[in-house]
Amino acid sequence: MTYHAPANVEEAISLLGSQDNAWPVAGGTDLLVQMRSGRIKPGAIVDIKQIARTMGTSAKDGGFVIGAATPCTALLKDDALCKAWPGLVEAANLIGSVQVRNRATIGGNLCNASPAADSVPALIAADARCVIAGPQGEREIAAAELPAGPGRTNLGKGEFLVEIVLPPREAMSSDAYLRSIPRTEMDIAVVGAGVSLSRDKDGVCTQARVALGAVAPTALLVADAGEALVGSQLDDSALAKMEEAVKAACSPIDDKRGTIDYRIAMAAVYTKRAAKIAYDRAGEGA
Amino acid sequence: MSTVHIHTTVNGDPVDFLSEPHTSLLNVLRDKLDLTGSKEGCGSGDCGACSVMLDGELVCSCLVLAPEAEGRRIETIEGMAQEGQLHPLQQKFLDLGALQCGFCTPGFLVAAKALLERNPDPTEEETRYWLAGNLCRCTGYDKIIRAVMDTAAEMRQERVSA
Repeated sequence: MTYHAPANVEEAISLLGSQDNAWPVAGGTDLLVQMRSGRIKPGAIVDIKQIARTMGTSAKDGGFVIGAATPCTALLKDDALCKAWPGLVEAANLIGSVQVRNRATIGGNLCNASPAADSVPALIAADARCVIAGPQGEREIAAAELPAGPGRTNLGKGEFLVEIVLPPREAMSSDAYLRSIPRTEMDIAVVGAGVSLSRDKDGVCTQARVALGAVAPTALLVADAGEALVGSQLDDSALAKMEEAVKAACSPIDDKRGTIDYRIAMAAVYTKRAAKIAYDRAGEGA
Repeated sequence: MSTVHIHTTVNGDPVDFLSEPHTSLLNVLRDKLDLTGSKEGCGSGDCGACSVMLDGELVCSCLVLAPEAEGRRIETIEGMAQEGQLHPLQQKFLDLGALQCGFCTPGFLVAAKALLERNPDPTEEETRYWLAGNLCRCTGYDKIIRAVMDTAAEMRQERVSA
């Protein structure tokens, strides 16, 4: 195996395209574990952390750009990002331990394509876009389109994720992410629920996106769950409608972390809680 | 397999070594530099026994590739005592018996020091969350948390009287 740390996107694309079985690495907290277990045997490692565009956060066109190799803990240092997208920053900082989050990235969380990845439902709820660079140039896809299935992505040969773009935020908007785990820390989501919404000054929800993790082969956008909230003040009947939509969207597996029935029931519970938190946050300062 | 020449700083000293690119920083520290204080518990970032500081950030050295250390500043448990003087956390772990087998202790000490440098007055809850990435199978954690909280209190006192 060879190791490369290209200084720019073009060099990275050329290495990923020319080296046999080349893998991009950001924080490495998933890739190194999979290398050790023998599941992945890279011929070359292309470390993208030396590329300026992949590191750090910045405000752009009213939204934010997050470099794909930015460690989760670095997101906490961007006050404007934390204010606009508290749920996404929280989701990224539920992953693993401090040690892990100082290396792990939301770009890697997305590209590792675990159905239970914590930051992915939050990214989907946020309507985040992914900037992907490859031999044919750059393209942009929705965060929900990047994972193809457990451990599989829609990235082509030579392609890698460079940036994550968060859209401009309307006034009175916020988000939240919650996960169900049997412990308090250092665990993998049994269910993850991300909600991003906007409300008006009368408390009426004007826009909502609901996304779920760990209840399907990839994290899901549940469009009708979001629509169930629009036009309501998150009263019981709107929440009940949302919960029905959430349950209908779930197709989880039975495993040691949770049964199918339990996951479906918890998906509704955690989505409801996340929606209420996002709604309260959106109303702060109103 | 090609060997890579790496130049880095470990506990303040410039260090050069040769490594295969897939080798972890932990294995370099232990096998090439004879710094065997950092331990391998799990090799997957769950146990924290290999905790070191990389450019001032707490990381699991088992999840860092050796070539990633190029030009970086690494601090390990071996650099914690200064001129034969134990760090207050080390002394407190001894005084309060915050260890039994000792395998996890270097990782806990490195992680706890990183916490107190960021936050000299952590709550018990903050301390427990911060140390969630360090596993101990002997103590039941309570003595470790007590030792960290007590050290923090004493270090704050010293700062006031200094």
